[in-house]
Amino acid sequence: MSTTTTVPAGTTPGTASHVRPLAGPARADRPVPAPIPMGRLVAVEARKSFDTRSGLWLLAGIGILALLATAATILWAPDDQLTYEQFASAIGVPMAIILPIIAVLSVTAEWSQRNGLTTFTLVPRRSRVITAKLIVTVAVGVVSMLLAGAIGALGNVVGTAVAGTDLVWNVGVLELGGIILGNVLGMLVGFMLGVLLRSSPAAIVGYFVYSFVLPGLAELLAQTQGWFADLRPWVDFNFATTPLFNGAMTPAAWAHLGVTGAVWLALPLAVGLWAVLRSEVK
Amino acid sequence: MIDVQSLTRVYGQHRAVDHVTFTARPGRVTGFLGPNGAGKSTTMRIMVGLTPPTSGTALVGGRRFADLPNPGMEVGVLLDASAQHAGRTGREVLTVAQRTMGLPARRVDEMLELVSLTSEEAGRRVRNYSLGMRQRLGIATALLGDPSVLILDEPANGLDPAGIRWMRDLLRGYADRGGTVLLSSHLLHEIEVVADDLVVIGRGRIVAQGTKAELLAGAGTLVRTPEAGALARALVDAETEFSHHDESTLRVDADTGHVGRIALAAGVPLVELRAAEGAGLEEMFLELTADTQRESASTTEQRGAAA
Repeated sequence: MSTTTTVPAGTTPGTASHVRPLAGPARADRPVPAPIPMGRLVAVEARKSFDTRSGLWLLAGIGILALLATAATILWAPDDQLTYEQFASAIGVPMAIILPIIAVLSVTAEWSQRNGLTTFTLVPRRSRVITAKLIVTVAVGVVSMLLAGAIGALGNVVGTAVAGTDLVWNVGVLELGGIILGNVLGMLVGFMLGVLLRSSPAAIVGYFVYSFVLPGLAELLAQTQGWFADLRPWVDFNFATTPLFNGAMTPAAWAHLGVTGAVWLALPLAVGLWAVLRSEVK
Repeated sequence: MIDVQSLTRVYGQHRAVDHVTFTARPGRVTGFLGPNGAGKSTTMRIMVGLTPPTSGTALVGGRRFADLPNPGMEVGVLLDASAQHAGRTGREVLTVAQRTMGLPARRVDEMLELVSLTSEEAGRRVRNYSLGMRQRLGIATALLGDPSVLILDEPANGLDPAGIRWMRDLLRGYADRGGTVLLSSHLLHEIEVVADDLVVIGRGRIVAQGTKAELLAGAGTLVRTPEAGALARALVDAETEFSHHDESTLRVDADTGHVGRIALAAGVPLVELRAAEGAGLEEMFLELTADTQRESASTTEQRGAAA
């Protein structure tokens, strides 16, 4: 493809004088427009996650659910359990549900709402759009988790003050990092299912099966079948992510995470991307 | 300039697009005409890279669409006005496109004004738009980057008569300033008014193409008389080919002067005598649609299309 451009770097092509309401199209001697930079695509995709009512509420939901979980902990947790870990795990549950849904919808809306017709005509190289969405998804995940962590910390300060107990900060920075990574991985699972299935309901149901039904079945299998219990860390992705949440990451646990992640996340994502690049957008 | 070469798309056993070849030239409105399901939309989707072709090429301005660095600045596309996130406002739909192309924000207001969407309407969510408003929004999106090529699939759908007139004038003016316009329709008359060139597609294949003048000319004469039988005998004697259009009307493969002289010589009174402009094209079009329609075309004698 031609990447040559007559628009100097740093100049917005749109400010060129040929852009007038309907100045007249068509001179063949028009400058070739500059390629669309990746940063612009990321900014556009970020905007698209906020600019609908559903998108806005999902993102607002992160803050609202974190606040509700914090309030519930203050109200109902026994006073002697008012520790930061308690707050973190209370907030973690709604995060593990809402963040992957955000990731799913960021991808599937292009198909379910059919605005992919416009998106992929403006940016025909679909891998660039998907990459921009991936960057936005990870950024939303990290920022949301930091926000949730801050709300939990606030809850810990307020809660212990109200209860008159000692402040307990029993979640280390490393542990917090693990929790953030765990949630981002959960979002990537949602993202992967979105890319693979390209349908909002299918991908959301798929996520719940993947994250809430399969672990139960695996647990049952592990309890009844000895061979599976031994093999489980190497084949069960959910099981392999558990140590991330309780700060128990050993080198072996990282190896388990890497192997299961490759099989249950990276591989299906690659298959999904391959299909997205070749599929018809209707 | 759009150059489509031997484009084919196969779905299982079904050839949706079958070796389609045509060119849409700058400064002209090219009408892409065919009944529903003839392959118009598939062809257009292939052109803009949304559907991969089984074989063949489609070039816009000499390049594959996917190779355009910022396609919105060169090709304006409207394939389906309803294909928008229903939860976005009209203004937001345009803003997303404007940001993607890297245009100044004022372009959005200019386009809203151009397609006559008020700022109140632009602030509504697309879910609450009528089809006509969606078409206007789609046109605004297509024109946003001031492209030199327009690809529009059934843009007049859902527009009121004033809107259709507005659209026609817009596309005419656009082509007159040197733009390339490809517009599809399943309505012959809609295309006839605005197009310079016609490409007719049926069951995935091109069945006729050329300038409108070429396709509409040479369709013979329509002659109406209470004594159709007598005129028919006279035409047979004069070795002039004709067909029965209806009970009292014949379509004759000759110009009006010739038919008039035969009628005079035979002493047959005429009620109407006129050039059958477009009748051939219309007949061909009816034949194309006959298979898919419950009402079959009512011409008594199907003859070769006049293309």
